[in-house]
Amino acid sequence: MAAFKHPQILLASSLADGEVLFLGAAGWERDHAKARVARDAGEASALEAFGKAEIAANRVVDVYLADVEIGADGVPTPLHYREKMRIKGPSVRLDLGKQASGGA
Amino acid sequence: MTAHDTTLTRPNAPVTTYRYDDFDAAFVKERVAEFREQVRRRLAGNLTEDEFRPFRLMNGLYLQLHAYMLRVAIPYGTLSARQMRRLADIADKYDRGYGHFTTRQNLQYNWPKLVDTPDILEALAEVEMHAIQTSGNCIRNVTADHFAGVAPDEIEDPRPTAEFLRQWSSAHPEFSFLPRKFKIAVTGAAHDRAAVKVHDIGLALVKNDAGEIGYQVYVGGGLGRTPFVAKLIRDFVARADLLAYLEAIMRVYNRFGRRDNKYKARIKILVHEKGIDAVREAVEAEFAGMDRAVFSYDPAEFERIAAYFTPPPYEALPADSEKLRAARVAHPAFGNFVEVNVAPHKAPGYAIVTVSLKPVGGIPGDATSAQMRVLADASERFGFGELRISHEQNVILPHVKQDDLFDLWKLLDAAGLATANAGLVSDIISCPGLDYCSLATARSIPIAQAISKRFADLSRQRRIGKLGIKISGCINACGHHHVGAIGILGLEKKGQESYQITLGGDPTFSANVGELLGPGVTAEQVPDVIEHIVDFYLAERQEGESFIETWRRIGHARFKDVLRREGEDGAGI
Ligand code: HEM
Ligand code: SF4
Repeated sequence: MAAFKHPQILLASSLADGEVLFLGAAGWERDHAKARVARDAGEASALEAFGKAEIAANRVVDVYLADVEIGADGVPTPLHYREKMRIKGPSVRLDLGKQASGGA
Repeated sequence: MTAHDTTLTRPNAPVTTYRYDDFDAAFVKERVAEFREQVRRRLAGNLTEDEFRPFRLMNGLYLQLHAYMLRVAIPYGTLSARQMRRLADIADKYDRGYGHFTTRQNLQYNWPKLVDTPDILEALAEVEMHAIQTSGNCIRNVTADHFAGVAPDEIEDPRPTAEFLRQWSSAHPEFSFLPRKFKIAVTGAAHDRAAVKVHDIGLALVKNDAGEIGYQVYVGGGLGRTPFVAKLIRDFVARADLLAYLEAIMRVYNRFGRRDNKYKARIKILVHEKGIDAVREAVEAEFAGMDRAVFSYDPAEFERIAAYFTPPPYEALPADSEKLRAARVAHPAFGNFVEVNVAPHKAPGYAIVTVSLKPVGGIPGDATSAQMRVLADASERFGFGELRISHEQNVILPHVKQDDLFDLWKLLDAAGLATANAGLVSDIISCPGLDYCSLATARSIPIAQAISKRFADLSRQRRIGKLGIKISGCINACGHHHVGAIGILGLEKKGQESYQITLGGDPTFSANVGELLGPGVTAEQVPDVIEHIVDFYLAERQEGESFIETWRRIGHARFKDVLRREGEDGAGI
């Protein structure tokens, strides 16, 4: 495993509708603000293990960890622009995706 | 069923598109039922994603950045008003009220739910549409000139050939699991509007000295991470030999094409590594040795297909419309539209209209469901109920009476569809990029929007003249950036979106892959750089020269030099 540099959250896509999901305290969330944050390598592998089980249970697909930074309000924001996009929706259509329903 | 079966369409809208026979209809219906069952098993947990993925891809369903994406085939870009309306209905019922038209003459929905896709496919099947072979390592949707059947420079309508190839390649057992996807394009005109030289196989209809129509065959073109212009493999293949000859090419590719590395599995790599002469020799040997009879080219079958594409019942009209002339004078905005978006037609008194899906600041290729319905209505009122999708991501109305152009323009204008920029700087091809695509390394749509806003003044665009800007959000080159007169490729550099610019690309018979201008620039800098390039061209061009002609005459180095010097002043390239 790569060296642990940043806190991480677990992303996935919902099997039934393809929407981006975040693993939260009590299961999958549609709002990244509710994502559970892994603060060390051990916590990160626990998230990953949970993700693998969820893939096996056919609830989600495309599961992976993303580096985040934690804002003053405690909300994790991805560091990479790709996942920054995924937590909101297309930057060219603010009426679509999570940002449309005030989720981001 | 016949080509002009009026029970299937509105009485005022004769259709000149291919109609499924009972076999086609049953086949597509069976595929939908099969997929419905696969989706059910997937959702019930009986299939894993690894098991399911090939099934969904066989039906054009991808998983993207925010949602699933469904790619619907529009064979050779031709569709009827009824089909366009159905696309609009699906957008409303199962998606977010819009669709995205692509460079491969397909339509992509960006938000379908997995659970709904069988219903969507069923809705498509009812109007003779599907998503078969829009993905996967098979022969993809065959594309063709969007002016097919109406262009004055045409030798023959390429669509019967394209349809013939579609029937040959659909569910072809030997070619359903090729080393990689395979793309064929056909043009029947003197001017190539189908980009045949950047396809795996490009076919150009030609007439030989004896007056017979046959095919010039190009092979090994393609974009992506290693762009190549196709090479001529045979100057003339008689129609009766076409399928056998293509089979011979496919067999050679299947036998010698690399499978060790998916990036090297395209026929372009084979042609590049072995050389066109060696590939030709192998193909000719295969062709000479094979039992051609089994590729039962049946002239009667070709004629049957061709009958679907016979011209609609045009009226006998004078070549030039007095009404049009007067309206152009009275309404300058309409006059500009005619000058830029209207092309000459084979039939006297008619015209071909390009409806731009590139409003200034808009998303290239997107159409709302309301706009799709306007286009469907317009095609019925003014164009025999037929529409085309161009590889430039625009919609074409191929048979409009010159007398009707003004009324059509008013209708389009009211729907935000009358932007007079076909072929100009803001008629930008752009892939979805990081706003939708999971493979993207950078965004491409906002770059297109920024450039088109920078050049918002349409009269300035007309002064600049024909100039193709093409943008891709990663090296896969869906946005055709390699063959853009100005090409833009979005990459990631040190965790930031970065854009590489190339000049001199050309998708036509004189095909050329663009040359790199310099190191990448940031998103903010792109419009400035483009403006510098355009200004330099305007300063250097000679009377009547297009951008690409000036670039060819004075050379890439001059452009590079100027940009480098500009860079010292802050343009950053
Ligand atoms: C968002 C969904 C899309 C995905 C996942 C996707 C995927 C790909 C991939 C993986 C390739 C590279 C394959 C190769 O080696 O040729 C490719 C190439 C290409 N795609 Fe897409 N694409 C998407 C959307 C589009 C759109 C919207 C267009 C048209 C605007 C398009 C047209 C093309 C073309 C023309 C190529 C170049 C291939 C060649 O010349 O060989 N694709 N695409
Ligand atoms: S060029 Fe890349 S980013 Fe753009 S659509 Fe194709 S695969 Fe996606």
